[in-house]
Amino acid sequence: MAMHAQNTIAAKQVTPKVPRVSGVGRLLIVVYGILALAATGRSVFQIIDRFREAPIAFTLSAVAAVVYIVATVALAVPGVAWYRVAWVTISFELAGVLIVGTVSLLAPAVLGLTSIDPFGRQATVWSVYGMGYLLVPLVLPVLGMLWLVRHRPAPAASAA
Amino acid sequence: MIEWFTTVQIVVACAAGLLCLVLGLAGRLPGDVSMGAVAVVELLLIAQLVVAIVAAPFGNQPTGSLAEFYIYLISAVILPVAGGFWALIEHSRWSTVILGVVCLAVAVMLYRMSQIWFIQGA
Repeated sequence: MAMHAQNTIAAKQVTPKVPRVSGVGRLLIVVYGILALAATGRSVFQIIDRFREAPIAFTLSAVAAVVYIVATVALAVPGVAWYRVAWVTISFELAGVLIVGTVSLLAPAVLGLTSIDPFGRQATVWSVYGMGYLLVPLVLPVLGMLWLVRHRPAPAASAA
Repeated sequence: MIEWFTTVQIVVACAAGLLCLVLGLAGRLPGDVSMGAVAVVELLLIAQLVVAIVAAPFGNQPTGSLAEFYIYLISAVILPVAGGFWALIEHSRWSTVILGVVCLAVAVMLYRMSQIWFIQGA
């Protein structure tokens, strides 16, 4: 009985202090935030400055940027709903970087790209698997998924 | 943009980043050393901003897009400040690691800035 009471107290003390966002998780969120910032900044600039050059690629780039922002928020906010959003957005990113990365390598013309230089003026966050971002866009979704697997939110009723 | 100054700045940002990463992974909370390193990175960024503003009258023009350059520069100026505030609010070893990540991100952004200034349109 005493044990049980102690556990309950411990649980009560711990529960609000250990949301999904702790320790390494915060680092993940910061890196996601920086990537979101980088992708947003670049795609906004490309769309304003040279949208006609590669409308499909730059639109995808903007979509990616928005998804990165949502993923950052989803990782940061606790709760089952956001946990699902995190899965959806991070899966989308992984699919995006793999599909767009492959297409940008094999058939850049499909995306309207005339150059596949990952550091060039048409480079987007997903070009050549995110090479222009040191492959962070390829690695991050995988780390994000591993982290999500290990940090399932407990059902509301039996938290902690 | 001044080439040698930018090179020094990238080296400093990398060094500060690695230092904070090591300190953080060793379990150190953000302290004078890590926060000081980030402060140096931030000071150099402000110096870079001044250089960029003053450059034009001296005929020092970017070969690439000035707007793109400034997007990077202003984002870079904000990052260490944001990381520093985070470290003050959240006192944990991971905040030290985050300071390191921020410095390394600044280094990458500085590298991009130098590409835009010196190489992009050349």
